[in-house]
Amino acid sequence: MIQNPVLRVVSKLIIPLILLFALYVQFHGDYGPGGGFQAGVLFASGFILYAMVFGTRAVHKVAPLWIWRPLVATGLFLFIGVGFVSLLFGKPYLDYDALAQEPLVGQHIGVFLVELGIGITVAAVMIVIFLAFAGRNQ
Amino acid sequence: MDTFGLFNYWVVVFLMMTGFYVVIASSNLVKKIVGLNLFQASVFILYISMSSVKGGSAPILEEGVTLYSNPLPHVLILTAIVVSVATTALGLAIVVRIREAYGTVEEDEIHRQDESL
Amino acid sequence: MIAAQLPVLQVTVPLLAAPACLVLRNGRQAWLVTLVASWITFATAVLLLMQVLDQGPLSYAFGDWAAPWGIEYRVEPVNAFVLLIVSGISAVLLPFAKSSVAREIPSQQVSLFYTLYLLCLTGLLGVTITGDAFNLFIFFEISSLSTYALIALGSDRRAFTASYQYLIMGSVGATFILIGIGLLYMMTGTLNLADLAARLPGVAETRTVRSAFAFLTVGIGLKLALFPLHLWLPNAYTYAPSAVAAFLAATATKVAVYVLLRFVFSVFGVGFAFDAMPLSMILLLLAIAAVLSASIVAIFQENLKRMLAYSSVAQVGYMVLGISFASVTGLTASILHLFNHALMKGALFMALGCVMYRLGTVRLAALRGLGFRMPWTMAAFVIGGLSLIGVPLTVGFISKWYLVLGAMQKGWWPVAILVLAGSLLAVIYIWRVVEAAYFSSEEASNLEDVREAPASLLVPTWLLIAANVYFGVDTTLTIGVARRAAELLVGVSQ
Repeated sequence: MIQNPVLRVVSKLIIPLILLFALYVQFHGDYGPGGGFQAGVLFASGFILYAMVFGTRAVHKVAPLWIWRPLVATGLFLFIGVGFVSLLFGKPYLDYDALAQEPLVGQHIGVFLVELGIGITVAAVMIVIFLAFAGRNQ
Repeated sequence: MDTFGLFNYWVVVFLMMTGFYVVIASSNLVKKIVGLNLFQASVFILYISMSSVKGGSAPILEEGVTLYSNPLPHVLILTAIVVSVATTALGLAIVVRIREAYGTVEEDEIHRQDESL
Repeated sequence: MIAAQLPVLQVTVPLLAAPACLVLRNGRQAWLVTLVASWITFATAVLLLMQVLDQGPLSYAFGDWAAPWGIEYRVEPVNAFVLLIVSGISAVLLPFAKSSVAREIPSQQVSLFYTLYLLCLTGLLGVTITGDAFNLFIFFEISSLSTYALIALGSDRRAFTASYQYLIMGSVGATFILIGIGLLYMMTGTLNLADLAARLPGVAETRTVRSAFAFLTVGIGLKLALFPLHLWLPNAYTYAPSAVAAFLAATATKVAVYVLLRFVFSVFGVGFAFDAMPLSMILLLLAIAAVLSASIVAIFQENLKRMLAYSSVAQVGYMVLGISFASVTGLTASILHLFNHALMKGALFMALGCVMYRLGTVRLAALRGLGFRMPWTMAAFVIGGLSLIGVPLTVGFISKWYLVLGAMQKGWWPVAILVLAGSLLAVIYIWRVVEAAYFSSEEASNLEDVREAPASLLVPTWLLIAANVYFGVDTTLTIGVARRAAELLVGVSQ
């Protein structure tokens, strides 16, 4: 935990922006540079900054510790699940064309869901790693 | 000209050898992981360097641009970076456990303690 | 419809089960999920092998992107066989793992253990089935990273140092592989293994391709514990939990040997690897050094897990020896030994797991007189040991026989003699255990109320022992597949 008032105020100001930017990178990733990996890390960095300035206990108040493990799994399920949906329609694994009537719409939905899955998993994993290291001495 | 044209590769080789040397020669477990990171980073630069196309722009569709850099190595390296992050996290986690069990992160000291068991 | 999707199910079923185990906090449920996933995987592997033997190589395009652009899964006889080994060992091992893991790992970590186990299985299967060089690297790292964590779960604090050592050496090996793949991509612009094989001859005379070959050989050599790059292996197997040691000893090095086969024979080709590059001599010398030195070191070990680990280094030597012959018979011997060694090492480590379950230690001195306290366990160990030595009617004999045959065909009779010498050394280290267990004058003090291991441990162990004998007598399946795989590997590249 850091007592420096400048840091505390500034991080309070920029953490929402970091999270917002992460969401932008996540959801604009279909059109411009970006995607799940980058967005996940950005999103996690918001939490990590919060933990560094206000202490890990403050993070536990925002999101309890038990929530991260299911989140890690959720992202993976989403990714693998999308692949299995195309299998159900008799198409090869991860063939997004199967997800909608129009192949192009299907591709769009597929990429969106897969990137979302990656984003959730990466963010959750990064936060878990940080909390595991930071919480070691408590 | 050729020597300078291959500037990136000189950097890659230098970083690679530095990292590899640290992995081998350092007896501190954390420093070894730093060396490993350097070693892996040099390979990332190798991949990124080979993807560059002279005069090519970033691989994003845009009007009036016909020459793009090769995006594939970037994607590969994004994945390799994830692998590297995972390796580093796991390695450091093990170092934390070693430190808790032995009270040191120096290799010689750990060997000494194990032999006296 | 399912038949066409088998290659992808092979990898995604365990991959899907891994996060499921992560969510389940209950170790028993996690074990059940793992068991079901593993059995499905095994069934898939059997079906795949039948399909491949029936219709020839299969190709599966991910997301319907055709081969050189998209990621391709390619199933040929050789990797269908390795898939069968990995998933088969896993299917037999899991019933064993339940009690063994419950005894050796704290209960709150059991579901994490199974998550890691499934990831490791996914990685090993993925390495085997994929037809894409970079995909291969990623799967290698998935299996390696989960292996490091699995080893660190061992109860001794030396498990941490063993895991750390393996992590450093394994990552260096993986990075070498990455460099090699990068250099190949630089020269050919493709990552698909079949496409690489087609394009490499055009640029084979360049220094880049040669250094790619060197990087790949050394990197894979680290992963498969080729002498003198084997230093991580003994500690890793010794301090890992028993079930992990059994699984790794039976599968991990096998998959690495397969990758070596894949790169040497079907990517670079026999002509490049053995004529333009001196691979044959290098592998031959290292393999012989591995067989002799590791066997001798094994004789002096007090910890039986460590003894078997050194013996694994020696056995890897036999497999590499077969590769160095660069002939159909030599390759047949190697591929046969992949299968046979998985059976015998799996069985031996599982027998030691039974001992560990009752005694909590596998030191030789603690085993005195154990042959009468745990007759079934020690009988299993003895039969497994006989197989390791290469006594007729066991699988060990079959692969040694082909190895000697391969050496004779080449006219390398000193090599054949060295193979036999390696077997004699194996007799010595197995005999030390037999002597302690059956012929020692006094019983070790810790055996007061030791009973036979429970059936849940014994049945899987004996299943593998039975396989050791069965495939030692009826060799039509193993030799048939191995020979076909070998002919394809040598033939494709010429």
